[in-house]
Amino acid sequence: MRNSTALASKSHSDAIVIRPSQGWMPLNLQELWAFRELIYFLTWRDIKVRYKQTVLGAAWAVLQPLINMLVLTFIFGNLARLSTDNIPRPIFTFTALLPWGLFSKALADAGRSMLTNRSMITKVYFPRLIIPLSSVLGGLLDFVIQFFILVGMMTYYRILPTHAVWTLPFFVLLALVTALGFGLWLSALNVLYRDVGYILPFLTQIWMLVTPVAYSARTVPTEYQFFYALNPMVGVVEGFRWALLGARPPEVLTLTMSSLISLAVLLSGMYYFRRMERTFADMV
Amino acid sequence: MSDIAIRVENLGKQYRIGAQSDDYPTLRDALTRAALYPFRVLRYGFPSQHETIWALRQVSFEVKQGEVLGIIGRNGAGKSTLLKILARVTEPSEGYAEIHGRVGALLEVGTGFHPELTGRENIYLNGAILGMKRAEIQKKFDEIVEFSGIEKFIDTPVKRYSSGMYLRLAFAVAAHLEPQILVVDEVLAVGDAEFQRKCLGKMSDVASQGRTVLFVSHNMSAILRLTQETIVLEGGRMLLRAPSSQAVDFYLSSGLSQSGEKRWQKQEIPAESYPFYPIALRIRNPQGKVVETVRSTEPIEVEVEYELASPIRGLRVGIYLLTPQGETLFTSFDTDDGEMYEKYSIRPAGHYLSRCLIPADLLNEGRYILGLNASVYRVKRYFHEPNALNFTVDSTGAPGKQWPEVRQGFFRPRLNWQIEKELYALEQA
Repeated sequence: MRNSTALASKSHSDAIVIRPSQGWMPLNLQELWAFRELIYFLTWRDIKVRYKQTVLGAAWAVLQPLINMLVLTFIFGNLARLSTDNIPRPIFTFTALLPWGLFSKALADAGRSMLTNRSMITKVYFPRLIIPLSSVLGGLLDFVIQFFILVGMMTYYRILPTHAVWTLPFFVLLALVTALGFGLWLSALNVLYRDVGYILPFLTQIWMLVTPVAYSARTVPTEYQFFYALNPMVGVVEGFRWALLGARPPEVLTLTMSSLISLAVLLSGMYYFRRMERTFADMV
Repeated sequence: MSDIAIRVENLGKQYRIGAQSDDYPTLRDALTRAALYPFRVLRYGFPSQHETIWALRQVSFEVKQGEVLGIIGRNGAGKSTLLKILARVTEPSEGYAEIHGRVGALLEVGTGFHPELTGRENIYLNGAILGMKRAEIQKKFDEIVEFSGIEKFIDTPVKRYSSGMYLRLAFAVAAHLEPQILVVDEVLAVGDAEFQRKCLGKMSDVASQGRTVLFVSHNMSAILRLTQETIVLEGGRMLLRAPSSQAVDFYLSSGLSQSGEKRWQKQEIPAESYPFYPIALRIRNPQGKVVETVRSTEPIEVEVEYELASPIRGLRVGIYLLTPQGETLFTSFDTDDGEMYEKYSIRPAGHYLSRCLIPADLLNEGRYILGLNASVYRVKRYFHEPNALNFTVDSTGAPGKQWPEVRQGFFRPRLNWQIEKELYALEQA
């Protein structure tokens, strides 16, 4: 009996009102916080399933950037001979592949996430933002594993991290925020237009070319530097090389622009996503 | 006021339909349409509204705390749309609903189950998706596993489960959800009889605990057993809200219950069936209405409509009756009878109807499948479709309904029992 009165009084306060929504919606971050356990479980599922489904499991997290590193080192070292600012080419490339891998995987996973989780979206209520968010977070474990490889390589090349190593989390965050921002746009658009699935591979490929992964940002002529810095990943990759390998620090202007652009994309992405959210279950 | 759990006012949901504009629009379509838009406006004026349908319209009702409300209607009547709106999966296009209390929605069992994960992992994942806290799942974990009855396989990936095990586990998680308001869609329509009985048992537990339940089902006896009142939906509108026995009676006798007809399109018919062309297979109730749900206490008319493009010697057209598990209960042909066999030794070209009656008081409640066969014995099978039409038998008023139990078996005959009191035994006493 006591239980039932408690129920009644509680239910009165948190009545859920359902009505058609219009225009732009508030982000409703408290609700996202209330569902934090679901974010955790979905991230955990993505990681677990990926490692279970593949024969080599977690080894892929190691192999993928290593193979990339070998290919890029060979091509850009022996054929194109682009500058590395006097840093050994393998570690120069690998340091950039770390945040790049985190970013590109997060972007691709988030962009496809609404379709891969279609069955949940049409059957259960939860803030839809959770889906792209948890697919972005799902790449973090790979990143951590790869980071240990990097530490090993640094020991091999006898490179000590600089005193700026404490800024590293900032650059990781910048990569994640950028991936989430663009991922939100792409995932919402993907529900409307399935073309996004085809565009994604090209997008990441081209994006990698305009990011200083295999070459130094200084190779880019000064007159283009401004446009180059519009790509937030430039700041991230430069920052990684600076904090870990002691390369030239990224320009303050570049970093400020990178951060502002990322934030702008994230905010607009969240609002756009929320606006489209009401149609997801019907369209997906 | 405070004892209202759900209030729905003029709720409506509109879906866009259209030949090309809806399903998977591509960027190209959007771009071409945007580019052509000015021309279109010049030619046809500003576009009127898209072609739309109302899946739900002007539905209003209230559910009190602790009330168990049934929702019935044929496929496409708007039941699932209504539940999806109340579960906040999709938004209404108009109207308003108010829900007091935490809602647990079971629009399907096993939402988010991943085949690669083990039973244990899926319990946590599915629980979280359904809105349970991790601590809550941990507390109920043993109970869930015990209810599912698959302790031995709890650390096996669910992709190795049989479909029955999968369902049992999925339902076990869902059954341990403890919302104040439970919204359940046709989850009981799956699984074997044993599983369904377990689900129904759990459902009536939930109902008796004073929680509010909205329950959609095609299973009329489940509706009658679990609910006090029932809403009948048709074409997105609410036709009736009445005490469940009245609502079920209305639904069954009004012929609303689903199509009960299988029509064959030209492209569905294989070339080798020439010259036999099936047109339709239907079942009718004694009032002659084509229905999906028939009463076990009434005869069921089965009708096969077909065309013969040229005469066939020795043709027999017949039906199979199968259980959902695919066991054949019987097979019967229109020329089984000796006289009919003589009369139709050659069946001329033309348009035909072959009809028969499945007698009253034969089938038990449940789902059945009708198959169609047209063949000449030992010569040729012209047409064969073992899974042509589904229908439901409702056992309201059948013998033994005074006991609200699920009767095992596929038949529910009205047997002529005699009870005799042995007089000499009395004399001896």
